[in-house]
Amino acid sequence: MNIIVCIKQVPDTEARVQISEQGNSIDSGQINFILNPFDEYAVEEALRTQEKLGGEVTVVTLGDESAENAIRTAMAMGADKGILLKADRATDDPLQVARALAAEIASGEFDIVFFGKQGVGNEHGQVGMALAELIGVPGISGVSRLEVSAGAVKGAREVEGGMELFECGLPAVISTQKGLNEPRYPSLKGRMAAKKKPLEVKPVALAAPLLTVEALAYPPQRERGRVLGEGSATVAELVRCLKEEAKVI
Amino acid sequence: MSFNVLVITEQADGGELKKSSREALGLARALVEKAGGGEVSALLLTAAAGELPAKLAACGADRVFLLEAADCQYYQPGVYAAAGKAAVEACGASAVLVPGSALGRDLTPRLSARLGAPAATDCIQAELEGGKVSALRPAYGGKIQMRVAFAASPAILCLRPNVFRACPADSSRAAKVEPLAVALTDKDRALKITGLERKQSETPDVAEANIVVSGGRGMREGGGFKMLEELAGALGAGVGASRAAVDSGWRPHSDQVGQTGKFVSPSLYVAVGISGAVQHLAGMIDSKVIVAINKDADAPIFKVANYGIVGDAFEVVPVLIQEMKKHA
Repeated sequence: MNIIVCIKQVPDTEARVQISEQGNSIDSGQINFILNPFDEYAVEEALRTQEKLGGEVTVVTLGDESAENAIRTAMAMGADKGILLKADRATDDPLQVARALAAEIASGEFDIVFFGKQGVGNEHGQVGMALAELIGVPGISGVSRLEVSAGAVKGAREVEGGMELFECGLPAVISTQKGLNEPRYPSLKGRMAAKKKPLEVKPVALAAPLLTVEALAYPPQRERGRVLGEGSATVAELVRCLKEEAKVI
Repeated sequence: MSFNVLVITEQADGGELKKSSREALGLARALVEKAGGGEVSALLLTAAAGELPAKLAACGADRVFLLEAADCQYYQPGVYAAAGKAAVEACGASAVLVPGSALGRDLTPRLSARLGAPAATDCIQAELEGGKVSALRPAYGGKIQMRVAFAASPAILCLRPNVFRACPADSSRAAKVEPLAVALTDKDRALKITGLERKQSETPDVAEANIVVSGGRGMREGGGFKMLEELAGALGAGVGASRAAVDSGWRPHSDQVGQTGKFVSPSLYVAVGISGAVQHLAGMIDSKVIVAINKDADAPIFKVANYGIVGDAFEVVPVLIQEMKKHA
């Protein structure tokens, strides 16, 4: 099996995010970047698929040279090799990202492509299914149950009120969701080994984006609320506020 | 100026039009009015159309593109993507509005790729200025709001539920109903959704509910959620959970509200025994009204809550349930 995992390096979810002086990007100077938490499920599922069916796990990302860190993290978990598509500029357009990944993936052989369901940060959640369309293979998003066999996959994707059951042949694109598995932690040995695994860097020239960020702003401050009181004696007042002031019940 | 908008619509399990679809129709009407002319078209894929076209008309559609097929009982991604593209071409849409459900979030990037058109998910505001659409969407776990512009047409906007206002239904409105011709390829049918496994719970899904009651570590043993289920039942609310509660195995991950769970924007969010870590706030900060019940008076959740009660959930919530039942 040729297994591909598309990953992204994202700001730590605890990071304090500041808007840059230009106003349409974030100030990345102070931020700690990590492997996207949703991508950990994707890497884990790729490794389990490899353990079951054999083959090779290749990690692919689009980004600048710093994204090597995210690739090495995935390698420390167990991925065999990495490809860094080094973009000539930053982009926030998910279709442009999908096109760059599609060009790389469609140029080789693959059986299954894993994604995390979305990247924390921009939170577009679009690249996986856009890529499936671009390379013309079935794509399933938000997968939380999966059975991969030689030539086919079946499983379930999370929807409102339950789970949709799916099946299709390979190759396919799977976007993974929390609940699918419990990602392994990279061991120290894994971290050492990751340093020596092959990483190919390929320059990519991006086309003009179709979705552009005009401006970033901080959300309107929530007015500091009121603590109505202590204990169950306060419930009557709460109900009155919700009915008469806020008018939400 | 004529500005045509296509709305992708979706039905709930019982065949009713989903609220999120009515919200999308409401925004579509507002955009067409702002533009000073144009048509609102609705795409309807269903196993049995019944009264749905008339309901779409009442909620704001001028045209309904209908694809009635037995396998449209479930969402079929390839069929929806092909139908969406055909409908965009049939009505010359300048904008496509998609509800932000599991269906909509899956379909949006497919349409974007098929049409070569830009798409934005999780939109909480849409503007039309000089024929150009822009949208506002939260990012970085709600710490930032991002205004995006669309450099090609149609602009595809996937809308966050509970944010946009649905038009009041007007049953005197009529729509032109047209069967939609879609050329499906083998690839469109390569992926099959074969069934739906329903959740046991009676409460609405947390991502779509207008009121959400969430529990965290303060629920101690998972049994605390029984109490929250009862409160949710009295309010017609969905039940959510913090990551701590999910990781403790008290609730399924599908209930998790937060940066690695779901983003919700209900009109009322009741956080019970949740301290308010940044990752949790990310998922619920856009709620209209937030109520916090927590025994720690210094918990960060009180900084964002409109109304707070300091107290033990196991004392406060039973009284709240009684009050709600009284008022129901």
